[in-house]
Amino acid sequence: RQDVLVLTPWLAPVVWEGTFNREILNAQYMQKNLVTGVVTFAVKKYWFFIEGFMNSANKYFLAGHQVNFYLFTDSPEQISHLQMAPENQLFVIPIQSDSEWQDISMSRMDTISRYIHSQFQYEVDYLYSIDIDVQLFEHIGVEIIDTLVGTISSCQYTTQRDSKPYEPRTESQAAVPKGEGDFYYTASFYGGSVAEVYKVTTACFKGIMEDKEKGIEARWHDESHLNKYLLYHKPTRLLSPEYYWDEGL
Amino acid sequence: RRQDVLTVTPWLAPIVWEGTFDSQIRDSLYRPLNLTIGVAAFAIGKYTRFVAGFLESAEEHFVKGYQVNYYIFTDSPEALPSVQLQPGQRFVTVPVKKYSSWQEISMHRMEAISQQVAELSHQGVDYLFCLDIDMVFHNTWGPETLGERVAAIHPGYFTAPRSRFPYERRSSSAAFIPGGEGDFYHGGAVFGGLLKEVYELTKARHMTILADKANGIMAAWQEESHLNRHFLSHKPSKVLSPEYLWDDKKPKPPEIHLIRFSTVVKNYKEVGN
Repeated sequence: RQDVLVLTPWLAPVVWEGTFNREILNAQYMQKNLVTGVVTFAVKKYWFFIEGFMNSANKYFLAGHQVNFYLFTDSPEQISHLQMAPENQLFVIPIQSDSEWQDISMSRMDTISRYIHSQFQYEVDYLYSIDIDVQLFEHIGVEIIDTLVGTISSCQYTTQRDSKPYEPRTESQAAVPKGEGDFYYTASFYGGSVAEVYKVTTACFKGIMEDKEKGIEARWHDESHLNKYLLYHKPTRLLSPEYYWDEGL
Repeated sequence: RRQDVLTVTPWLAPIVWEGTFDSQIRDSLYRPLNLTIGVAAFAIGKYTRFVAGFLESAEEHFVKGYQVNYYIFTDSPEALPSVQLQPGQRFVTVPVKKYSSWQEISMHRMEAISQQVAELSHQGVDYLFCLDIDMVFHNTWGPETLGERVAAIHPGYFTAPRSRFPYERRSSSAAFIPGGEGDFYHGGAVFGGLLKEVYELTKARHMTILADKANGIMAAWQEESHLNRHFLSHKPSKVLSPEYLWDDKKPKPPEIHLIRFSTVVKNYKEVGN
């Protein structure tokens, strides 16, 4: 690929179709006997997306490798029987829903961090947080596996740095100084080693709470905090917008 | 950004060329980690004459500002020059026994390195580079080179098609690579990575070299052949472009913007090859 950036200035690969050979990567992944987890939230009306997400993810996400799906939902009774691939497992975790969707989105960080600490760290090596309102149309494979992985937001890929929607107000913990920032990452798909994801989610939630105490809320909620974190803790691998395309654009 | 060369391997390992990285960002990632970077080099017999040039140029260009431990393996410690190093840098002489031929020397390097790893670990070495001594640094070799398992592209083969790579082609050798396989031809003069990765590499290759010896075969390019075989099944997490392993006898092609580490022109008769 010569038309896109395939390497960041800190030498992290940017994953685009055509840059990698999945066979080689699969062989490397299998050598290490790894388990990857996916954490997703289906709260309030979002239960509607569960079937579509689970059926497509079950088929296309790290197909052939063991994946643990952790589904947090406030309506576990809505989940119809989902057929899982033999190597995959689904864990339905009931949670209470907050009143506003921004709160739900912000408390995800806390939930993920707490569950990593109490459970996930013992069950998976790598963990990815993916929004439930997506369907996979193509295989997403082990090319996503690395220590700290961010996905470049599709709506921000081609804009110049100054128009990336970072949080501008310096009072917020998510503030990114003007002129700084490498990429704008989407909070809809990020992950990495379970240890790194713990650090990300804990740090973001801390920022969210500090903002809340000041009566401020970042422009794009948990995504703003994620972007601040990834600016100062550079991802070891980036996924191109192919990995999370917002059809609404 | 480089568009004239491959900058990522098919297994998503970066290939390091001038223009692909920002050294300030790399430095800011690694400096706070308080790393110790080791260099292992062999100065056997007449090769002790290269030590001064190697060390002086390393002091100027090799991961400047980082803690560096130099491990010089030699059969003639008394012939080593005394070189002024920056404060804090460490110089360790590792005595090795005398071997009859340079092929023998080359084949025992893997063993010697793997045997020293425990000591290196005690001394806090995080990353280790194994470099040939008859070379000199001309430009910055920085933290862009740090990675779990690091190999370099041989300067003579980076534009050659795979069929021309001088891999060991006899199936009776443990270094055998069949036709149609292999990604790069790596030079034996530069390899490295995390200490435990270098340990695994040198231990494994020492075994394959011994296996060949037991079968009465010596690989076409000695340990370089075995090294290439290793990187076929244990793919490097980072590949250094030939900027990091250059041969001064070669004319500089347009892809090479900068030569960082290169051979010293030597009189082969004098050094007893």
